[in-house]
Amino acid sequence: MGRKILLEHANVPGIKSYEVYRKMGGYASVEKALKSMTPDEVVEQVKTSGLRGRGGAGFPTGLKWSFIDKKSGNPRHLVCNADESEPGTFKDRYLMEYIPHLLIEGMITSSYALGCNLSYIYIRGEYMWVFRILEQAIKEAYANGWLGKNIMGTGWDLDLYVHCGAGAYICGEETALIESLEGKRGNPRIKPPFPAVKGLWQEPTVVNNVESIAAVPWIVNNGGEEYAKIGIGRSTGTKLISASGHCKNPGVYEIELGLSVDEFMNSDEYLGGMMDDRPLKALVPGGSSVPILPANLIFKTTEGNDRLMTYESLSEGGFESGSMLGSGGFIVYNDTSCIVRNTWNFSRFYHHESCGQCSPCREGTGWLEKVLHRIETGEGREEDIELLWDIQRKIEGNTICPLGDAAAWPVAAAIRHFREEFEYHVRFPEKIKNRDHYVNEPFEKVRHLVTKQTV
Amino acid sequence: MKVTIDGQSIEVEPGTTILQAARMIGGESVPPAMCYYSKLKGSGGKCRCCLVEVTKGSDADTRPMPKLMASCVTGVMDGMEVKSITSERVLDARKSVTEFLLINHPLDCPVCDQAGECDLQNLSFKHGSANTRYIEDRRTFEPENIGDNIQLHMNRCILCYRCVMTADQLTDNRVHGVLNRGDHAQISTYISKAIDNEFSGNMIDVCPVGALTDKTFRFKSRVWFNKPYNAHRDCDKCCGKTTLWMFGDEIQRVTARKDEYHEVEEFICNECRFEHKDPADWVIEGPRKFEKNSVINQNNYTRDMKPVKIETEKNILLGRDEDRKKISMSEVPLKGQEKKEFKEGNV
Repeated sequence: MGRKILLEHANVPGIKSYEVYRKMGGYASVEKALKSMTPDEVVEQVKTSGLRGRGGAGFPTGLKWSFIDKKSGNPRHLVCNADESEPGTFKDRYLMEYIPHLLIEGMITSSYALGCNLSYIYIRGEYMWVFRILEQAIKEAYANGWLGKNIMGTGWDLDLYVHCGAGAYICGEETALIESLEGKRGNPRIKPPFPAVKGLWQEPTVVNNVESIAAVPWIVNNGGEEYAKIGIGRSTGTKLISASGHCKNPGVYEIELGLSVDEFMNSDEYLGGMMDDRPLKALVPGGSSVPILPANLIFKTTEGNDRLMTYESLSEGGFESGSMLGSGGFIVYNDTSCIVRNTWNFSRFYHHESCGQCSPCREGTGWLEKVLHRIETGEGREEDIELLWDIQRKIEGNTICPLGDAAAWPVAAAIRHFREEFEYHVRFPEKIKNRDHYVNEPFEKVRHLVTKQTV
Repeated sequence: MKVTIDGQSIEVEPGTTILQAARMIGGESVPPAMCYYSKLKGSGGKCRCCLVEVTKGSDADTRPMPKLMASCVTGVMDGMEVKSITSERVLDARKSVTEFLLINHPLDCPVCDQAGECDLQNLSFKHGSANTRYIEDRRTFEPENIGDNIQLHMNRCILCYRCVMTADQLTDNRVHGVLNRGDHAQISTYISKAIDNEFSGNMIDVCPVGALTDKTFRFKSRVWFNKPYNAHRDCDKCCGKTTLWMFGDEIQRVTARKDEYHEVEEFICNECRFEHKDPADWVIEGPRKFEKNSVINQNNYTRDMKPVKIETEKNILLGRDEDRKKISMSEVPLKGQEKKEFKEGNV
């Protein structure tokens, strides 16, 4: 049984309400931090914990905090990124919906560490009911003196607001989020300057994922060293994984980093194996924007090491044979799923969500989507596979924000690992005309049609 | 601060961007810029045409930058080394950006008023390919009327945001902006308003493509059939210094004066631009110089200028034999000697 940090009390009845949350030891970290620690000590604890940003990039949270410009004397802000819109990721929703006070507590403690007096939670528009839950939790926190003026008699003020976005994926990018929070069009800014120097209203700002902030109370209560003991190497602590797809038990799981992918997939405690016991075909380990892994690279890396649920192990082998932990959107595919259709679906998402600011992403995502749609509907040409490869290569790295990369990587990985399926779609349009074409005739049965024959 | 671009070193002030430094050096190394406009604050970084490779970050941190950098928004560091046209990666990236910009562009240059002074044409001439790999339908927009002076062709737009910044920084009430997202983002007014601000005409000048053109000049002439003259008049709203685009003694269009990077020297008001089409309103200073390879130079001043009086609508090329020869109009066949000259030249 893995250790639970975030979801420890998730099943306690009434944990949504302030009274029960407080009874279970809630807001202890605020008390501890405000009474016995200086802000810098809190930052130091988070640094020691080795906590890495849970939003996808995995940048060490403590390090990010230490970059914030405290010298200029400008007001500082903490913004919580709850604009969770990655296809396949739904961990933050779970956290905010079931234990809203954990996020509020984390926001207060983290704001104290950064010396902020005005902090925000930016939540996506589709999470309207979660928005209400958070509003309620904030109201309770105000009523009990955890927010507002002169918190716990320390003379430190904090105001916390929830801001509701309008449902744009791009607003999950930190600078676009800041623009949107300022009331402008959610276009990513050009960096530098980084938000740590000039963020919200040109003032130093830290933007953190919900899960990163929710981990802070435990770190403050138990010490960073204790947190660093969980996990392996530079991947410390626990991570929420939102599992979906063709597995027996989809849902949100809290795992200790370092668990093997095999155990996560097949033990009854977690996913419990494949749905209907059909064979595993592919896995997206970290949300739609990370490269897809074929069956042979899921449990073992090319080096022969066990694949573990850590930042390092999942990316072992680079993009050639690895992937990324990303935001923990664990999508499992069995042999009935069509990789081309899946890639097209992802591309369609990125096409729809590109902000349209820089040309490679604006035009490239649309182009990828159109070509993939053609292949999927049986109108592909042999040269389209090379074309796709070329388009994704030209988008990657040439854009303002990482959305371009996120649109390019899944396409690249799908072609790299499942090229034969693309060829099958191009060469046998009759066979793929129904979207469930792999249900009765999985790719393994028709693979011989596209493999090169050597006599 | 010392910065080296394609092997050429220059000393610049701190805060200069790579593109500005490259422009100071000049020549082939200057990256093309479709969205950056030195007169507009906050412009640049969007079109990705000006990507360069930074092979050495600075003297303090000699590591190269892993990604290609947008030179218009990247400040120089002391000792920085930059590769522009000497880098294969950069040329490849520019080629791909050009391709991306062109896949949804209507390529209607033959009927576009911007043709001849279009940044996208210049870019594709240098970095584009003659073939297309895009076989899908291009995206299109419903035509929209944004007032009497400015013609909006949204299909041609490359979303550089220059006109939005112009309206933001030059006029008090911006009524147009970018609506929607991704490749369906469009320049539009909210909701169906006319753009009638006194300085709104400058949007035409800053537009790098034919998305915003002068309605009073619409389909009047190709730009290379016009002769540009520097002229000025007393104006109480703006500097009054303009370029007149003349055909014979008829002013067909008035624009601000543009430098070699096609940026205006000084913004002008709508009155100067649209309402003074009578040569008597202007003090004509003399012909305007153009880059040697500009298509406008086609109609150059190197030969003797004979005064010609032309009624545009009646005899469109009467008295302009050379142009008639160049175009070779089928209705007006060339004489035997002319035909020979046309084919072999008259040197």
